[in-house]
Amino acid sequence: MTHFLAVVLFALFASVIFGITQRETPRRMLRYGIYCFLLFAGSAIVLSWIMFLIAR
Amino acid sequence: MATEENKKAANAGGFVYLPLIAGWLVPGAGHFLLRKWGRGALVAASILGMFVLGLAMHGKLYSGAHDVLDILGLAGDLGNGLLFFVSRSLGLGAEQVQITTGDYGTRFIVVAGLLNVIAAVDAHNLRTGRKS
Repeated sequence: MTHFLAVVLFALFASVIFGITQRETPRRMLRYGIYCFLLFAGSAIVLSWIMFLIAR
Repeated sequence: MATEENKKAANAGGFVYLPLIAGWLVPGAGHFLLRKWGRGALVAASILGMFVLGLAMHGKLYSGAHDVLDILGLAGDLGNGLLFFVSRSLGLGAEQVQITTGDYGTRFIVVAGLLNVIAAVDAHNLRTGRKS
C-alpha cells in the first residue's frame, strides 16, 4: 500500500463517519462528507508539497 | 432540532443507553437498533475497514499504559469495543512497530476507535431525540 493510498482511505473512512454524525439529512451528510474528504486529501497533498520543497 | 420522529424515539420505552453501548461494542449496532440501516452499514464498513487495514499494516494494539502517549493510544483502541478485545485475545496486532506502515496502521486502529465512539454517541443522540 502506498502512502497516498493510505491517506485517501483514511480520508474516505473518516469523512463517512463525520458526514453521518455531524449532519442530519442525507443530502447534507453527503455534501459534508465530500467536503471533509477534499479537506483531508487536499491538505495532505499541499503539506506534502511544502515538505518536499523545504527538503530540497 | 427535535422533530415529531425524534420525540417518538425519545418517548419509546427501553434502556436509553442501549444504542450507545451496542454502538461502542459492535460498530454500527447502535444505528441498526434504531433501524437506521444505511447509516449503520456505512459506520460498520468504515470502522471495520479502518481497523482491519490497521492490522494488515502491522499496526500495534496497545495493551498497557507506560506513559502518557500509551494511555491516549489505549483509550483510542478501547473505542473499538469488541474488535479490540477479540483481536487482543487472538494475539493480532504487532507488539512493536518495526516498519513504516506499522506506524500508519497503529494510527488507523486508534482513529477507528475514536470514530466509533463518535458514531456511538450519534446513535445515543438519535435515541434520545436530539438528532433525527
